[in-house]
Amino acid sequence: MHAANPIALDVVDIECLRGDALIFEHLSFSVSAGRVVQILGANGSGKTSLLRMLSGLATPTAGDILWHGEPIRESARFHEQLIYQGISVGFSVSLTVRENLEYALAIAARGAQASTARALARVGLTRYHGTLFGRLSSGQRQRVALARLLLVPAQIWLLDEPLTALDRAGKELLEEMLLGHVESSGIALVATHQPLGIPPGYLQTLDMDRRTAC
Amino acid sequence: MIKTLHKYASPMHFHAVARAWSAPLLWLAAALFLAGLVGGLVLAPADYQQGESFRIIYVHVPSAWLSMFAYLVMAGAGATSLIWRVKLMDAIARAAAPLGASFTALALATGSLWGKPMWGTWWVWDARLTSELLLLLLYLGYMALQSAIDDRRAAARAGAVLAVVGVVNIPIIHYSVEWWSTLHQPATITRLGAPAMATSMLIPLLLMALAFQLLFFALLFIRVRSELLEFEQRASWVREILRQARSR
Amino acid sequence: MLNPALVAPRPASFAILRREMLRLYRRRGQLIQPPLFFVLVAVLFPFAIGGDEHLLRALAPATVWISVLLATTLSLEDIFRSDQEDGSLEQLVLMAKSLPGACALKALAHWLSTPAPLIAMAALMSSVHDLEADTRSALLISLVLGTPVFSLVGTIGSALTVGVRGGALLLALLILPLYIPVLIFGAGAVRNATLSTATGSEYFFLAGLSVLAATLAPFATAAGLRARLS
Repeated sequence: MHAANPIALDVVDIECLRGDALIFEHLSFSVSAGRVVQILGANGSGKTSLLRMLSGLATPTAGDILWHGEPIRESARFHEQLIYQGISVGFSVSLTVRENLEYALAIAARGAQASTARALARVGLTRYHGTLFGRLSSGQRQRVALARLLLVPAQIWLLDEPLTALDRAGKELLEEMLLGHVESSGIALVATHQPLGIPPGYLQTLDMDRRTAC
Repeated sequence: MIKTLHKYASPMHFHAVARAWSAPLLWLAAALFLAGLVGGLVLAPADYQQGESFRIIYVHVPSAWLSMFAYLVMAGAGATSLIWRVKLMDAIARAAAPLGASFTALALATGSLWGKPMWGTWWVWDARLTSELLLLLLYLGYMALQSAIDDRRAAARAGAVLAVVGVVNIPIIHYSVEWWSTLHQPATITRLGAPAMATSMLIPLLLMALAFQLLFFALLFIRVRSELLEFEQRASWVREILRQARSR
Repeated sequence: MLNPALVAPRPASFAILRREMLRLYRRRGQLIQPPLFFVLVAVLFPFAIGGDEHLLRALAPATVWISVLLATTLSLEDIFRSDQEDGSLEQLVLMAKSLPGACALKALAHWLSTPAPLIAMAALMSSVHDLEADTRSALLISLVLGTPVFSLVGTIGSALTVGVRGGALLLALLILPLYIPVLIFGAGAVRNATLSTATGSEYFFLAGLSVLAATLAPFATAAGLRARLS
């Protein structure tokens, strides 16, 4: 049992309105450094909306999201520490795997924490580095997203359904990566209904249906 | 001062203010309309050159002014919403658009009516009429964008960007249309301009302009109220208002 | 702690432009479509106007400019559409250090992909039609000076309507009034060259509009993207 880590991310009483529909309201929870938060919930419960708000793409209609006490809206530091993976993983189908990864690194402008070759090797896509992304299967596409996580340094991982289409080996790889990430004091918020093989000491659950966070 | 601004920027408060002021403004506008129309249609002398038909300027010129003013309100509200994230401004911008479009259409219609006796046709490619037409298209584009985007707030913000882009373009459009019309219209043809104005003509015009202005604000308040109710439909104050309306 | 950077990244602006050029190259078969559309529209005019040589020549500046304008307008939707579909638009908005800068590069890439080939086609057609030297140079100069506005302002429209159903038509409705000043000065320049009443002032206006657009449009595009993605 490690000593309590300082609260890194603080979500205070946020509300999500999409047009006229209320997705969720009065949602509050905190995440300390070195934690994986698994976000559970039925379709439409607001998992994606929550992740988009945490990334800064969307703004909560009420409440605040704080990173080390600072509202994320005003924190440039927050955005420099972030990586977001939406349901559409965000790669171009007419670029090769390597070109896509190099582009991701270039726009993040943070330097790479590994070489592209090593990242591809770890996710098992070395043979496909010159393949057009559009030619890959959906499982392989998900693995390219994993390679991006290995390459772009980020303290905060926001992952929306990262296990989609991954086979068991891929799932274990992601769990390994998550563990490595939180052991280095990173945080990760992962929306998935599949059980995550993360040791309980590192794992927090947020249930959007019952809005209990533990 | 900032505190008062904050207070009135709250949708609930503004709604109350708008409700209180709508009727008085309408009455005042009606009174001024009466004064202006009597002054312009009855009391003011006929124009030396254009005869009785010039009297349409008492409607045409103020509605043209208002068509521009409404766009400024729309763009200003949009800019405020984007920069300072004041929710009320979204409602004001959306409310102003159909009003501005109506005033523009009125200016075009009265411009046509004015031109018919002079030029013999319902439409000429006069610089000012053409600019008004393009302004109408800008309004219609804004409204089309609003209806195409489902999420009301995202639509308002996208519209705000469009309105600010439009407001920057309006002087450019005016100038280029001017330039273009001087190429094809010899200077001798009478432009759709107001004749030299005697005081007896000017006063009714100003009265009408003021009347239109008040009418605009009255209608704006009425529209903003319903926009606010839609934007804030989850808020308790809205539910209270709807409950009261239902129980009446 | 996270590992320190091992590899220095390429500059982001270079990477953005490179990606656009790669995507263009990978679908290079489609690059011919705007110029073909331009030719088609230009051909429609003689059919509609009739065979009057004199009239056709007089209307040539107008038909070229309108054809370029329409072909460009049709291509605008693509600027952000595929990015939005595959999720890379969100990545761009989140990760780019300067979103307006990225939008400016998108506009540049658009200009290279559509107006530039259109200008080449216009040049080709004007020599085929044996236009006088004055008219031809006025045409090409006005197009080069004016079309950047089409790309820059068009990017704003593309951002505002990204993902909207019926987006292409809505985009055209929003954008065409904003294109009219360029059309006025551009076609005016060519007409004046034909009539030998050229003053050159049109070129200054066109250049001025391009500079203004280059300065302001990227910020409007970035604001539009953030508004639509929220």
